[in-house]
Amino acid sequence: MSKDPTRPSPAELLEKMQLIRSFEERSAASFAEGRSPGTCTCVGQEASAVGVVAALREDDLILTNHRSAGHLLARGADPGRLMAEVMGRATGYCGGKSGTLHVSAKELGVILTSTIVGGELSLAPGVALSVSMKGGDEIVTCFFGDGAACEGVFHEALNLAAVWKLPVLFVCENNEWQAFVHRRETMLTDDIASRASAYGIEGRTVDGNDVEAVLAAATEAAARVRATRMPFLLETKTYRLRGHFEPDDQGYVDKAELASWKARDPIAALRAKLLESGALTADAATAIERRVAERLDAAFSFAADSPWPSLDELTTHVYA
Amino acid sequence: MKTMTPYDAIGEALAEEMRRDATVLAFGEGIATKRHDLVAEFGAARIRNTPLAEGIIAGTAAGAAATGLRPVVDLLFAPFLTFAMDELVNSAGKLRFLSGGQFSFPMVALAMTGAGWGVGAQHNHNVEAWFAHSPGLKVVMPSTAADFKGLLKSSIRDDNPVAFFLDVALLHAPGEVPEGEHLVPLGKAAIRRPGSDVTLVSYAKTVLGCLAAAETLAADGISAEVIDLRTIKPWDEEAVLASVRKTGRLVVVHEASRTAGFGAEIAATVAEKAFDALKAPVVRLAGPDAPAASSWVLEQAFVPQADAIAAAARSAMARSMVLATA
Repeated sequence: MSKDPTRPSPAELLEKMQLIRSFEERSAASFAEGRSPGTCTCVGQEASAVGVVAALREDDLILTNHRSAGHLLARGADPGRLMAEVMGRATGYCGGKSGTLHVSAKELGVILTSTIVGGELSLAPGVALSVSMKGGDEIVTCFFGDGAACEGVFHEALNLAAVWKLPVLFVCENNEWQAFVHRRETMLTDDIASRASAYGIEGRTVDGNDVEAVLAAATEAAARVRATRMPFLLETKTYRLRGHFEPDDQGYVDKAELASWKARDPIAALRAKLLESGALTADAATAIERRVAERLDAAFSFAADSPWPSLDELTTHVYA
Repeated sequence: MKTMTPYDAIGEALAEEMRRDATVLAFGEGIATKRHDLVAEFGAARIRNTPLAEGIIAGTAAGAAATGLRPVVDLLFAPFLTFAMDELVNSAGKLRFLSGGQFSFPMVALAMTGAGWGVGAQHNHNVEAWFAHSPGLKVVMPSTAADFKGLLKSSIRDDNPVAFFLDVALLHAPGEVPEGEHLVPLGKAAIRRPGSDVTLVSYAKTVLGCLAAAETLAADGISAEVIDLRTIKPWDEEAVLASVRKTGRLVVVHEASRTAGFGAEIAATVAEKAFDALKAPVVRLAGPDAPAASSWVLEQAFVPQADAIAAAARSAMARSMVLATA
């Protein structure tokens, strides 16, 4: 059995969130400069990714969706290899074949990034079935959004995972946006976690912009899944601060709503809290920013300098 | 040899592979209800009933396959695969490639199809060409009891996702199956009847029509070679091209609708690679571009029958005589 995760310090959580934010912002800037393809960023959702992943053991498995950079980086992905994948280079996690939208990294236990909304939900029970059949005590975490919660496969996946008693921590990152449609146009209820009871499983919501609250809730939920071998539905309430896919001027977004969520920026909030409490000095906060910047300078250079895949790769890995 | 139905041959293939490999398991809509013997031998964890939810059945198979299991899923009828297209096509078929080879998807999806039970178009739709057109998938469609067993065993051992179609007209017709270990490799056609004048290429139930036609043609002095593809993807190009180079005439027969049916691929490949050998235009005999009706007479009329196949072969013979004298 693998060890329980070491609880990271608030400063460590802040640094991971800052790394994700900067990675995404640089990725968007890189696109604007014509240096890389557009991406679906997770700006605004960093606390959810970092808090949940910090609650997992190293041998737990992850499936995620098209806003996966946060989950991957929180899991310890090398930002250079991740950016190389975004740029379609041979040194990327998938040799440049996945691009930003389908990244998987077996070495990190990340089985899938599905860009088919809900695809991650359809595979997660099977991954958990493998764990169960092998008698392991790992759990499978499946990140999806409120959009995927509107897909039929949401129902099929939660129902099957419950009926078959599969250890899946379903994490719905409710970011209020389903591509270009606001969540309020697609469902009458505000909570997705309340659907858990329909499947006979536990569920709860948590403030997805408070990383410490997410970490606490995810730690508890992961422990429940590990102990009971039953699925759990955790909903992190957050907000997509950038558009659906770069470039996106967000002209369709209500300005007051966006401003209210910007005022609750998970990174700014944590930094202010730590500075105020004295848990973080101004110098330490600056050092975090410097380390992140240096790491990403190196990562983006590595990616941009990496070779393109050989054209032979066009038809490799189609069949085993 | 022993005599058994393809349905029982499937059960035997599953049992043998589950005995051989602890990672093989099977689940689907009623499989544990119907195959008590497998539940008794392997337990409820390895033979499972599922909710009526084809998407999650196929998706669960893909997730399990990516992480070390070899699932066989029973999706009942081929038209139900439309509910599982995302999982089969977008996940099982593409994720090995998109992951740069990090993951593979050794799984088999079983689905019944074809005329014979009068169930109509929402249970009877020969969709093998859809899957042949989807990269990363293999497609199998047997015609004999022995092949149902041997091809299923090979499909389970294959490291790729396989769509395995069961022609309902054949499923309960007893046939001979070799005793002991019997494997049929994927991608290898069988020459069911050797001949020298015309090549009849088919798969599933229409192979039987081709054999009956060949018998009639023989009485008229026409020697027809009957090739059973057995695997639609990868298909045995070599066997078909070799036969056409010998006979110079090709009739392709399948039950699936004609337009963009798999016969088009065969005809095009022969035109590209063996044009010089052709003595007559390639003939395609296929189902109409229409949904399958339930009525017995309409259902049977959908399927190319032996007399039509024989007539097509005769026309290829006659046409080539015209070409030769022109």
